[in-house]
Amino acid sequence: MNIPEDLRYSSDHEWVRLEGTRVRVGITDYAQDALGDVVFVDLPAVGAEVSVGGSLGEVESTKSVSEVYAPVAGVVVAVNPELSGAPEQLNADPYGDGWICEIEVADPGTIDTLLDPGAYRALTEA
Amino acid sequence: MSETRSDVIPRAAAGGRATSAPIMGRAAEPTIFELSESGRSSYQLRTTGIPERSLADLIPGDHLRPEAPPLAEVSERDLVAHFTRLSARQFSVDLGAYPLGSCTMKYNPKVCDAVAGLAGLAQVHPGAPAHLVQGWLEILVDLEAALCEITGMAAATLQPAAGAAGELTGLLLMRAWHDANGEQRRRVIIPDSAHGTNPASVTLGGYEVTTVPSDERGCVDMAALRSVLDTDVAGIMLTNPNTLGLFEEDIAEVAEAVHEVGGLLYYDGANLNAILGVVRPGDMGFDIVHMNLHKTFATPHGGGGPGAGPVAVSERLVDFLPGPKPARLDDESGDRFGWITPPRSIGRVHGWHGNALVLARALTYIEVHGADGLRRVAERAVLNANWIRRRLAGSFDVAYDRPCMHEVVFSASALRKDEGIKALDVAKRLLEEGFHSPTVYFPLIVDEALMIEPTETESPQTLEALADALERIVAEARSGDHSATEAPRTTPVRRVDEARAARTLVPTFDARGD
Repeated sequence: MNIPEDLRYSSDHEWVRLEGTRVRVGITDYAQDALGDVVFVDLPAVGAEVSVGGSLGEVESTKSVSEVYAPVAGVVVAVNPELSGAPEQLNADPYGDGWICEIEVADPGTIDTLLDPGAYRALTEA
Repeated sequence: MSETRSDVIPRAAAGGRATSAPIMGRAAEPTIFELSESGRSSYQLRTTGIPERSLADLIPGDHLRPEAPPLAEVSERDLVAHFTRLSARQFSVDLGAYPLGSCTMKYNPKVCDAVAGLAGLAQVHPGAPAHLVQGWLEILVDLEAALCEITGMAAATLQPAAGAAGELTGLLLMRAWHDANGEQRRRVIIPDSAHGTNPASVTLGGYEVTTVPSDERGCVDMAALRSVLDTDVAGIMLTNPNTLGLFEEDIAEVAEAVHEVGGLLYYDGANLNAILGVVRPGDMGFDIVHMNLHKTFATPHGGGGPGAGPVAVSERLVDFLPGPKPARLDDESGDRFGWITPPRSIGRVHGWHGNALVLARALTYIEVHGADGLRRVAERAVLNANWIRRRLAGSFDVAYDRPCMHEVVFSASALRKDEGIKALDVAKRLLEEGFHSPTVYFPLIVDEALMIEPTETESPQTLEALADALERIVAEARSGDHSATEAPRTTPVRRVDEARAARTLVPTFDARGD
């Protein structure tokens, strides 16, 4: 299972990459593998204000529909436009081309409350 | 173990195994449009001497299409052959065992079809006045009474066209009840193991969903339930046994807690077949019950119905039921049966009186079995599922290791981890063994779920053959043969690309080609 060392993780299997005051958000390799072939991604609206655990849209696979939860609070400032036409990117490259959105973080300090790679690995292997 | 089994199970062939199903070849069946030949038709009008008139003389021009729709032009012979061949390429309950968990694909006895085909039932217009359809009304009244007796409720509506329609009807009744009490409640509680239709119905009914988790035994977590209960809760929707095939043992406690805050209990009757004649939702404290007649009472389903989803309610909700509903009249002089509308009715939920011929089939099933027979239906469904659970416990992980009701949920998680063989591969591989696939990836809370519901239909020989086949599939994968990922290899249509079909959805066929 690919768990990059430079990211932080939520217990709901989202990853977060801090870039200045913004974070880029996606779902983990573990999550895409568990979901199976993703067929549709419902993206959040740019400008939407989200709280921790709030909805960032849905990922639909051939097995199920799963909600994506906001790992941090803030405002959605960008979404990955490629995902509407090519949802399979979420399977092929979950940490790269399969990113979901970017959030302008209300309090960058909250990033530290997320899981580090070791803790996330422990969660997926539990 | 194997010695014991061969002692118990008589050596007869498995009636539910379909590997002998004859198929003439592997060629793809052309679409009906590809069989089309310009000018060919399925009918010929004999010479009558009646003069022909053009369509334009009879129908105003602005109501006419500029050109004829591109329908297939085929002879009756080609038409019948086409659909007969298609039907021979399908799996069906008449062909073999269909252990599709949660769907309850039990065999549909032919006597029910025979009754539904009687001219006095089949050839009646639903708008016929009551005095001409007294027999039909009696059937509906008798069915309502039987369903109320089975569920322990006071009255029922037979209108809802299927389970989901019943759910929406139930939620509208819930809303009507709270409205009548001058209360505006916003939330309905649903366990995380629920059928997907439950949250959809709650949303359609104008409520918000609050999810409660399952505990380590696969039942509603009581502490979590108590933590979300307050006077904003309109009710709770529960399936019992739940979608894990497990009986909610704390149901009395759940009922008390929900009633305490003024909420109502909704029983999703999708799994009623497991408790027929043994225990009644009404006695568990439920206020609203929907039944899937096409599951529990063996009317045909799959492929879109028609189903029937009657809703039964406790005494305090009777006045809100949809109407008009069939009723026995007290009037000694006139008709014995007629139509009444409950005083605070939520109105119609179906254009006519429900899918009436489905209702007639269900009453036939109930009458043919009788009370003791219905109890045996539940007992055998539960026995069959538990036999499968014990027999396959060595091949798959059992999601919750305790006696189950009418269905059992296995997990192919270890098989996937060790061999890369997923629940989907096992399901597809089982088709090659002459059985319909079980349900996969539901309930969502079980990883790599395989959900088997044998129903009361299948014989010990068929269950044995089904278990043998599943054991063979697992052993094959464990020995390093991973060809299940290519299955099915023997069916007329091999594995379809579900992901591509969903990603580039093309739900129509353009007969004009490109």
